[in-house]
Amino acid sequence: MLESIDMSLVDWSRGQFALTAMFHWIFVPLTLGLSFIVAYMHTIYVRTGDEEWKRITKFWMKLFGINFAIGIATGIILEFEFGTNWSNYSWFVGDIFGAPLAIEGILAFFLESTFVAVMFFGWNRVSKRFHLTASWLTAIGASLSAVWILVANAWMQQPVGTTFNPVTARNEMTNFWDVLFSDVAVNKFLHTIMSSFLLASIFVIAVSAWFLLRKREVLFAKRSTIVAAVFGLFAAMATIFTGDASARLVAKRQPMKFAAMEALYEGQTHAPLVAIGAMVTDTTRLPNPRQNFIFKIEIPNALSYMVWLTPSGFIPGITDMVYGNNEHGLISYEEKIDRGAVAIQTLKELKSAKDRGDETTYSALREKFSDPVWLDQYYQYFGYGYYKGRQLKELIPNVKLNFYSFHIMVILGIHFIILTFIVLWLSMLNRWGKRKWLLWVALITLPMPWIASQAGWVLAEMGRQPWVVYELMPTLSAVTRLKPGAVQLTFWIFLVTFTILFIAEIRIMITQIKKGPGGQ
Amino acid sequence: MLRKVFRFYYEGFRGMTWGRKLWGIIILKLFIMFAILRLFFFPDILKRDFRSDEERADYILEQITNP
Repeated sequence: MLESIDMSLVDWSRGQFALTAMFHWIFVPLTLGLSFIVAYMHTIYVRTGDEEWKRITKFWMKLFGINFAIGIATGIILEFEFGTNWSNYSWFVGDIFGAPLAIEGILAFFLESTFVAVMFFGWNRVSKRFHLTASWLTAIGASLSAVWILVANAWMQQPVGTTFNPVTARNEMTNFWDVLFSDVAVNKFLHTIMSSFLLASIFVIAVSAWFLLRKREVLFAKRSTIVAAVFGLFAAMATIFTGDASARLVAKRQPMKFAAMEALYEGQTHAPLVAIGAMVTDTTRLPNPRQNFIFKIEIPNALSYMVWLTPSGFIPGITDMVYGNNEHGLISYEEKIDRGAVAIQTLKELKSAKDRGDETTYSALREKFSDPVWLDQYYQYFGYGYYKGRQLKELIPNVKLNFYSFHIMVILGIHFIILTFIVLWLSMLNRWGKRKWLLWVALITLPMPWIASQAGWVLAEMGRQPWVVYELMPTLSAVTRLKPGAVQLTFWIFLVTFTILFIAEIRIMITQIKKGPGGQ
Repeated sequence: MLRKVFRFYYEGFRGMTWGRKLWGIIILKLFIMFAILRLFFFPDILKRDFRSDEERADYILEQITNP
């Protein structure tokens, strides 16, 4: 199957979506995190009446506003792409995406847009308490609107709370709460929000370090730093904690992604965790794949312990999943492909029976799609059926990319914990700013939380490949059959537009930072 | 009440300094997105090419069972 699909169309469509999503994600985490930091600073001002806190709040509010304005509506482009480039996918998941995205749109519009205006225009024009409430509601509104898109993404990672309707070819929501509160959704939300808080904290620490290095606005910089350090250390620890929970979920729900992010080919008990490693050549080759590192430093038993809380826990490797492992109850991909092909064939026959008006056959086949045993045996592997006659290695995600994304994210996460701890500790001793090299470290750290955050999304999305909806719909069956040239054209339009917007953001930000809190 | 709200926004926008440049960017961006990209490059394929949900479902079934 799928022999006829033009792979360059799939690649360009994916490239375009990745470009748009990654650009969108430059702004979102800063908006999510900075809104809470600003609200907290605003609270200190209202409680103390100290005019310096007002200056501090207004300065960070201004940077929040710049980021909010440049980033606003960049996510809408993703929805354009769903309708044009991913129409098969949009139809297939319609009900699941429709509800959360509609709620997101309403919340984002009413909560964020309304209260952002009060937050910016409200100084001396509304009561202090109402103004402060608007700051908090802006922050809460931003996080609430993020819930829905994360819930939709979590469903793609773990499709729950739905049934497939073979007549409409759509997944229909059967239990909203299962979709909203699936463990993957809850964890994804917490991990994303916490990492966004961390990103914003590092931003505040780094910009404040710049002021301290120039010996400008020292009180402003020190006060900003201590708020960000408290916020940042809490967020860094929460990010590691939720990240650990997320990895455990991936190991159990998406074992192929887990094996890829650790480049584990042969399953084992007492599996070590690769702390640092460098891989060589193409490691996705089959049938004799093997770990291929130039060097690696491992922590013995750590991987097994991380997942099963015991060193003797078995962690399946890539080959266990591809070829199956009877001892551990893993079905081979060949078997899954055969079962998936049966499911696709059944759907095809059902459509054919409907078209020719054969009621008896139609009813019999229709019943299969509501039979739990048949669903468990066949429909569960629906997506694998597309790989009948194709190479097995197409079912393996890019190991190198996942390995590096995961390790870059974790290593940077550890760096953030150490940095925020040192910053907080020295700030409490009133010694932050005395060692120039530490200020430089803080300043150089500025782009790193963005790198970590983007790496996290690369892992989440690339590790799920070849699926767009896990095990049900492969990415190559989700694309609309357009001419690749049309997708290429919009890819380049986006690249140019986004680059201009990004440069505009950086320039406006730098100008306003240079003016400092005095230059309102 | 409505007049108060209107004046709040009106004076807020009038009093903007650095924010005007941002509004310029927002308006330009929204124009590019909705008046150019959405209109000329990103049609909703299923809405454009089919008249009913039944036709759309048939098309998708065809696509996912005969890729």
